[in-house]
Amino acid sequence: MAQTDQFDLSNFKPPNISGRNIMWIVIGILILLFVWQSWFTVNPEEVGIVLRFGKYTRQAPSGLNFKLPFGIEDVIKVPVERQIKQEFGFRTVRAGVRTQYAPNRFQDESLMLTGDLNAAQVEWIVQYRISDPYKYLFKVRNAETTFRDITEAIMREIVGDRTVNEVLTVGRQEIALAVEVKIQELCDSYETGIKVDQVVLQDVNPPEEVKPSFNEVNEAQQEKEKLINQARSEYNKIIPKAKGEAQRQIEEARGYALERVNNAKGDAERFRAQYREYARAREVTRQRIYLETLNDVMSKVGRKLITDDNASGILPLFNLEKGGLDNAK
Amino acid sequence: MQSKKLIPIAVLALIVLIIIFSSAFVVNETEQVIITQFGKPVGEAITDPGIHFKLPIVQDANRFDKRFLEWDGDANQVPTKDKRFVWVDTYARWRISDPLLFFQRVRDERGAQARLDDILDGETRNAVAKHDLVEIVRSSNRKPVVDMDIMEGADDSEVFPEIEIGRDKITREILAASSERTKELGVELLDMRFKRINYVEEVQRKIYERMITERKRIADKYRSEGQGEASKIIGDKERDLKQIQSEAYREAQTIIGKADAEATAIYARAYNQNADSREFYKFLKTMETYKTTFSEKDWLILSTDNDFYKFLEKQSGR
Repeated sequence: MAQTDQFDLSNFKPPNISGRNIMWIVIGILILLFVWQSWFTVNPEEVGIVLRFGKYTRQAPSGLNFKLPFGIEDVIKVPVERQIKQEFGFRTVRAGVRTQYAPNRFQDESLMLTGDLNAAQVEWIVQYRISDPYKYLFKVRNAETTFRDITEAIMREIVGDRTVNEVLTVGRQEIALAVEVKIQELCDSYETGIKVDQVVLQDVNPPEEVKPSFNEVNEAQQEKEKLINQARSEYNKIIPKAKGEAQRQIEEARGYALERVNNAKGDAERFRAQYREYARAREVTRQRIYLETLNDVMSKVGRKLITDDNASGILPLFNLEKGGLDNAK
Repeated sequence: MQSKKLIPIAVLALIVLIIIFSSAFVVNETEQVIITQFGKPVGEAITDPGIHFKLPIVQDANRFDKRFLEWDGDANQVPTKDKRFVWVDTYARWRISDPLLFFQRVRDERGAQARLDDILDGETRNAVAKHDLVEIVRSSNRKPVVDMDIMEGADDSEVFPEIEIGRDKITREILAASSERTKELGVELLDMRFKRINYVEEVQRKIYERMITERKRIADKYRSEGQGEASKIIGDKERDLKQIQSEAYREAQTIIGKADAEATAIYARAYNQNADSREFYKFLKTMETYKTTFSEKDWLILSTDNDFYKFLEKQSGR
């Protein structure tokens, strides 16, 4: 098997081709080469910059394009539609659902001075596009490095004009906006051909060593709120109740007053009526009232002892103690 | 015969081709070229991109970049006027504006970078040493946006000092001074900026300590504010409570007193008509009291002498 597959040089004979045929073949190859060198494709997010002998001649849109071959014209493709992201103070190792970040911190980039001569750690991203490929390629060498330099310088300039509190809390949005505007100004003046889409501040923190004390401030703030709220709730628990009780006390007094006056009026009226009749038949009424009262009292009282001046001797006959005990039961 | 003639023609053609190829050269969009003849510059710089020609062999094309080029300074440890040591890291962008001069003075980019290091680092050092740190950090006297929650009561002017010159002006000074000197090298400086300014390590530690104490101060302030506020509320509570209770007591007593007075007046009017009515009231009230005070536990010892029992002895009662 292997034997037959081997190329047998002794059996090889050059094909019988005439000079004219050779010329056609050469021409054919040349034409093929010409075509092969002439066409190029540009991806949808790119434009092609065509250079003739190094001189910029035209832009090629996305799709199939042609150029002069053999080094006469060259193409550089620039992704103008792609949004590019630069990270400062951190690096994404692998983007995904759970994005991984580089473990070492880029303190050089993120640590900066604030206007009150404190320090803050600022991490941010900038998104941009290449809006002018001509400038991007031919006006600035290493436009990307230039862009990073600009961004770092501007971020520090803006942060340097703010207090550490502003940087950490209220000023974030405003800083991002100011930085964006300034970066764009510089990009234009350097003719980088870059258009800044967005600056986003990521983590803005006090330096690692100072962090606990910043947390302490937050805690103290919480504690303050807590103390005040506790006191307020105590107040709210006691005062409305006391108000209700006070109201009750007053209403009770009012009730008592009503009762007292009405009772007095009733008593007075009753007495007046009684007295009117009494005045008419003094003796009888007196007797009647006296006897009625005694009737009442007698029926109520447990033991009655009626003595006579003449029979004082009978008193010891009563077993006072026993009767007393019985009644006590 | 024919082939013998052909050889010199071919050789000649080859030579012509070589001459053409060695005399033609491409100037890229990013380049400018100085032609030198035996090392001596000839004519003006070529800045127009495309194909160009020169004398073969005797002339050389020296290419220079036409774009804005980078210069990134080394981070320098520089003392400021107020004797703080900081790392200053600068960057600049420059351009070969006069390639002929550039070629004569520094030869190539590497030479230029070395000269730029000297010039820019030196000017930066001078400028930084001439100013306080805050002048380099800040660029304006804008009023900080104050988070009332945090800065309440803190003295801002103390932590946010005013500046007279500012970062912008200082960088422009450095740029102006440096530009003057780079012009002689055929180099135009487009811009120069502070990229990074950071404290050197020992200073940094001190700054951190200061930040920590400052935060501690704010935290303490919060805590005492919280306690003060809470105490005030508790005090308010006590006061309000006492006020409510005492006011209620006062009002209740007033009402009761008034009612008592009125009742007294009513009773007095009824009972105090004349001596007879007074006597009757006494009698009536006494009787009433008898009724209500005796109970079955009580003993009642009465004499037959009494009004009630006198009939027990005699029917006449006498």
